Amino acid sequence: MASAKKAVVTVLGFDRKGIIAQVSHVLFERDINILDISQTILDGYFNMVMVVDLSTPTCTFDVLQKDLNDLGKALGLQIRIQKNEIFEAMHQV
Amino acid sequence: MINTNEILETLRMIDQEKLDVRTITMGISLFNCVCDDEKRLASRVYNRIVRQAEHLVKTGEEIEREFGVPIVNKRISVTPISLITGAVSDPLPIARALDQAAKETGVDFIGGYSALVQKGMTAADRRLIESIPQALSETDVMCSSVNVASTKAGIDMDAVRLCGLAIKELAEKTRDRDGFGCAKLVIFANAVEDNPFMAGAFFGPGEGDCAVSVGVSGPGVVKRALEHVKGAPFDVVAETIKKTAFRITRVGQLVAQEASRRLNVPFGIVDLSLAPTPAVGDSVAHILEEMGLEKCGTHGTTAALALLNDAVKKGGVMASSHVGGLSGAFIPVSEDIGMIEAAACGALTLDKLEAMTCVCSVGLDMIAVPGDTPASTISAIIADEAAIGMINTKTTAVRIIPAPGKKVGDFVEFGGLLGRAPVIPVHPFASDDFIARGGRIPAPLNSLKN
Repeated sequence: MASAKKAVVTVLGFDRKGIIAQVSHVLFERDINILDISQTILDGYFNMVMVVDLSTPTCTFDVLQKDLNDLGKALGLQIRIQKNEIFEAMHQV
Repeated sequence: MINTNEILETLRMIDQEKLDVRTITMGISLFNCVCDDEKRLASRVYNRIVRQAEHLVKTGEEIEREFGVPIVNKRISVTPISLITGAVSDPLPIARALDQAAKETGVDFIGGYSALVQKGMTAADRRLIESIPQALSETDVMCSSVNVASTKAGIDMDAVRLCGLAIKELAEKTRDRDGFGCAKLVIFANAVEDNPFMAGAFFGPGEGDCAVSVGVSGPGVVKRALEHVKGAPFDVVAETIKKTAFRITRVGQLVAQEASRRLNVPFGIVDLSLAPTPAVGDSVAHILEEMGLEKCGTHGTTAALALLNDAVKKGGVMASSHVGGLSGAFIPVSEDIGMIEAAACGALTLDKLEAMTCVCSVGLDMIAVPGDTPASTISAIIADEAAIGMINTKTTAVRIIPAPGKKVGDFVEFGGLLGRAPVIPVHPFASDDFIARGGRIPAPLNSLKN
């Protein structure tokens, strides 16, 4: 299944400078390619959804998840990474 | 490709509407442990469970992390213990072995200290039922169940009488915790063999060596979906519930498949249940109220529940390759904030709950009654509930707590997922002579239905 190697990174929280740059930097450090990115700001509330390619990871999912969690804590944002299948299961027949 | 709104909708369901997978339950057959020496049987049971379920909790936690969906409990169900204790004189060492094995593997509960006696009791069945008060009062995470009736066999009234006595004795033995032991005991009619939910889970004799099943939840998601169709006709309500149940069940199916693959154990079933918790926003009663009822329990509640139960099944069944268990809407009083409120204000009575069990997924669940309720009255409540199951070809059950020292209007507190419940009244008129008769109520006719 092609989707098995994709994951979705979501970032929720108050807007500030450099969020995308810093999240992208963590992914770049781990040699992970960003496939799609979309961002909206509602009343100063930042919503970002990124689809990333996990087909050639340089670290385990757990390590990447920890990196992103640590960044989220440092920036005061909720940053999550979830495997793509959960979204496909819920929204595609 | 999934769009951003769908992704954010999923996150909202998990964060705000409390979508979760209630349990991954591993069913383990214990038939290969059978022997006629108590100590050896207990150690075989312990080793079998600890080995088979070694990676269950860790795997559940991995799936939870990777998919970002909470998996609230990991549980084990086993072959009904009375079926493997025919050649030993005392089932209690097995109860202790089950409890220890569950703790060693780190699961939240283990179920299957059970007997299937709808037609009659073997000596081992009788010993097991009589040992339940001691077994449940000295163990922590073990659950027990007894099947006393079925549509094909009728109702075993001798077993019904024994179960009433066992419930009373168990409440007394766990008096210091408001009769908490009774929360771990379910008396069934038409029990299913693949139920992943506690306290009634056991791994039936028709199952294989091992299987993993998943129970889904998500009353909050259904409630929120119905908020968007306020005032719409029931056709729209049913459609909305079906669509929501489909999505919830797909999550369950995904988790079940992943657990099965990673544990290298066959996939059993997905149980499409709306299982509430005492948390705000996770209530089945509030779904019924969202349909237009001022309080759960008022006139119209049975119809609302019938629609909900049926629509959940219709929506969920296409989302999973194998559906089973108890599938439907649970109505445990102490575990549902809306049910607690309704019972506390008098809107929801035991008689109305009994009517609701004709159309819900199981039966009278987590109901606290006064501590001085006689055993014969509890047996009579079980008999009524079993009759509903027997005649309507559905699973029914009784999980009732005669809270020692408590009177109508008092509260019992269990904490955690088990919640709290107001003590509600039972009828004061005696059923002693009725229960003292014993024997069997014959299986019903299945034609000439009216």
